[in-house]
Amino acid sequence: MTKIGLEIHCQLTNLESKLFCSCKANYRQFEINENICPVCMGLPGSLPRLNQEAVKKATMIAMALNCSTPEKIAFFRKNYFYPDLPKNFQITQLNIYGDTSVGGSGSIVVGNKEIRITRIQLEEDPGRLIYEGSSSKNQITLVDYNRAGTPLVEIVTEPDFENPKQVREFLNILSDLLENLGVSDPGLEGAMRADANVSIDGGKKVEVKNIGSFHDLEKAVHFELTRQESLHSREIEIAQETRHWDDKRKITISSRSKEEALDYRYFLEGDIPWVTVDPAIQEKLKSEMPESISSKKERYVSKYNIPNQVADVLSSDKFYSDLFENSHTESNAKEIANIITTDLMGLVDTREKRESSKITANHLRDLADSIQTGKISRNSAKNALHEIVKTGKELSQVISDLDLGNVSDESELITIIKDVISEEPQAVEQAKSNSQTINYLVGKVMQKTKGKADPQLTLNLLKKQIE
Amino acid sequence: MNLKISALDYVQEVQNGNISAEDFTAATLERIHSIDEKLHAFLSINDNAVNQAREIDKKIKSGQKVGSCFGMPISIKDNMCIKNSKTTCASKMLENFVAPYDATVISKLKEEDAIFIGKANMDEFAMGLTTEFSAFGPSKNPWNVDCIPGGSSGGSAVSVSAFECVASLGSDTGGSVRNPASFCSAVGYKPTYGLISRYGLISYANSIEQIGPVTRTVKDTAFLLNIIAGLDPNDNTTVDNKNEDYLTGIDSGVDGKKIGIIKEMMTEGTDPAVISATKDAVSKLESLGATCEEISLDMVKYSVAAYYTITATEAGSNLARYDNLRYGYDFPVEGYEFNSYIQKARKNFGSEVTRRMIIGGFVPSAGHAGKYFLKALKVKSKLRKEINEAFKKYDLLIAPTVPILPFKIGEKIDDPVALFLVDINTVTANLTGKPAISVPFAISNGLPIGIQLLADSMDDKLLLQAAHALEQTVQLPEVPI
Ligand SMILES: [Zn+2]
Repeated sequence: MTKIGLEIHCQLTNLESKLFCSCKANYRQFEINENICPVCMGLPGSLPRLNQEAVKKATMIAMALNCSTPEKIAFFRKNYFYPDLPKNFQITQLNIYGDTSVGGSGSIVVGNKEIRITRIQLEEDPGRLIYEGSSSKNQITLVDYNRAGTPLVEIVTEPDFENPKQVREFLNILSDLLENLGVSDPGLEGAMRADANVSIDGGKKVEVKNIGSFHDLEKAVHFELTRQESLHSREIEIAQETRHWDDKRKITISSRSKEEALDYRYFLEGDIPWVTVDPAIQEKLKSEMPESISSKKERYVSKYNIPNQVADVLSSDKFYSDLFENSHTESNAKEIANIITTDLMGLVDTREKRESSKITANHLRDLADSIQTGKISRNSAKNALHEIVKTGKELSQVISDLDLGNVSDESELITIIKDVISEEPQAVEQAKSNSQTINYLVGKVMQKTKGKADPQLTLNLLKKQIE
Repeated sequence: MNLKISALDYVQEVQNGNISAEDFTAATLERIHSIDEKLHAFLSINDNAVNQAREIDKKIKSGQKVGSCFGMPISIKDNMCIKNSKTTCASKMLENFVAPYDATVISKLKEEDAIFIGKANMDEFAMGLTTEFSAFGPSKNPWNVDCIPGGSSGGSAVSVSAFECVASLGSDTGGSVRNPASFCSAVGYKPTYGLISRYGLISYANSIEQIGPVTRTVKDTAFLLNIIAGLDPNDNTTVDNKNEDYLTGIDSGVDGKKIGIIKEMMTEGTDPAVISATKDAVSKLESLGATCEEISLDMVKYSVAAYYTITATEAGSNLARYDNLRYGYDFPVEGYEFNSYIQKARKNFGSEVTRRMIIGGFVPSAGHAGKYFLKALKVKSKLRKEINEAFKKYDLLIAPTVPILPFKIGEKIDDPVALFLVDINTVTANLTGKPAISVPFAISNGLPIGIQLLADSMDDKLLLQAAHALEQTVQLPEVPI
């Protein structure tokens, strides 16, 4: 049987500061080695100062993944030499002397499959290595410590995945969950990294390291499975080994130097006292947690009668569900859900478009209200939305700029209808005998008003004029 | 200029206008220049000290608010960071390390207008108890310059004892403040773990070490403790002392106190002069109204082994960052692969540090941890249980600070195990987090003997009161230098 297990490293990008100092957790905006201090540089004499907010957020992740949450958590040192590690040890968590990491075992349902979570731990991210020089002979390694000490949550699963599709579904659920909790922005470069272990029936376990995004994780698993199956079909033995993901060529490569069995000499980090996360604190955290995606979905369906599928899309994406939450009222909820899922999603379908989009909850509320009061047709609303996303102008401004307002004056509309009747005598005759065909005439009126006539009103007036 | 005054007397004299900070500092520097060649208490001297003292005098004259140290010259063990000055840990590895920030104790003392007259010599990275392991040469005992002054805060104790400063800060991982204080006839105090911030103290064994004052009198220790103790947001292990004033009530005495004499700290190997001094101290305390009786702390037998196992483990990790890439860079990386470079670079460490790093790589390693490191942790927790039981019955415990007298420089340097055993009486306070103090009590053949008192966690005030009472019972000769 195919077995796939994941180790996911997720930066808590939305925190204000690093895990053990007050440098910024969002290091991406800085010049090289600018976001550093004695603590995250591990200077002699400096001590870690635990960011309590990081413990809270990591605990929330653990609770959201249904993990057990120990009442007392501790930090350990993982000792090894690497140039990106300022202290030559990493402060992390460990469960071999009893569960003391932020999360113990848990599980999450993916499709119909239960994926077991082994543990969740909070740790510091190392610095970033930058390689310069073309050939391997004159290559130099530079270190940027801006990232060093960034809070990282490691989520380890049991080898419960059976195929890459389940991995993808899990990753989708996980990114939505992280985003919904407001702890992390999975789209940021380097915010999500992973290792995977993959084995097929009769084969040894292969570890694939160094996967730099969720997108690549699925690809890496797929590649590795295909590679193993191809070996297997040719009756070549699959060796137990560590491979690295080459993100340029999108393949896994055997790690050239044999990965030594490193002895990390774990021991308790004495500079950080045990942290109590007792039931009272856990209760409080639960109450501070944002509503879960599934509960949101349920509410959208039951309270606003929003169709299941629409509610699903709307609730799982924090960007859209936040817009929805901040704009809807009892009476316009369905209309807003509609605008978001049928029109807005198409307009801002990439990260860049979302970030540059100028739309606010107020815009959405105005749009929905204007549609419902007949001030603007659905068709015009779509055009207005396009303009709003681009410019951020008020809806009223957009309506007058683009002349999108409905023809609300009945006499004006009757004049146009009369014109249509005189131009289309044949269609009028048909409509008299077969009421179905009247829609053709409505369409003609809409054409003349450039879609600004209210279709219902047009229909009613047309019927009167024909009879 | 009389340099042979206590910290509290110094403050009094400056406040009364009898002496100026500038004159006192200048005279102190002069003494350092004349005798430190012989003693080697200092690794570096603050060239700006006289100017700093002059500024403080100006503040005093113009009636501005002046910090409670009034320009008092203090020496600082060279493992505490003072911004923009060298902090070497007496190691080649940090020979050129200039700290870019102040340790918390340093900022607190700066606020109170102390002057850091110089950085004190020590065993490399505080590993040792003789100062012989300083990469820059040993300090000498001012009572007999052929003898070791103790360590690792040897320079601190020598500078205080030889009047090269008014007081000093050392650090105590297994006796490193108390041991040299005992050998040099100074007061040496290790507080309850967490009472003084370690931020800016270069770690050796962070789970048990503390910064501690070395002073001429117990009152001076209380005076400094008032300044440097308390919660520090930069050190998560600090404890809230509710701004305790350790000087008020220091005269409270020991009347009615119950004191346990630790049997395991006065075994056959103990020097007879040390035994008799301890007995004398006990009877003096009894004459002041205390009740003393012998008690047994069985785990003390294993304490040294546990101590070296735990400290080596932590040292192996704490010192891993000195890989010659970031500190002590003294030969280029070209031609080396990462691990081979580190291997060569780490030869920059001295023999004792190397020894402990090797032990520290071994005892917690997979396959050996159960036999060594985890067992040491068990001893530590049993010892803690034992001493907590003892403190249910006794207010204080007493023992010699060191079982032997200062010995000749070079005498034990090649016998690490013999050296380790000298720590037998001091490591218990570190392993259990309890406060302990060494009080100068006797001189035998011209060499000092200190008596150690221990108290329960956060009973530091009681400890200082008892130490003060004991100190008052003897009159000791002045250092012959
Ligand atoms: Zn920092």
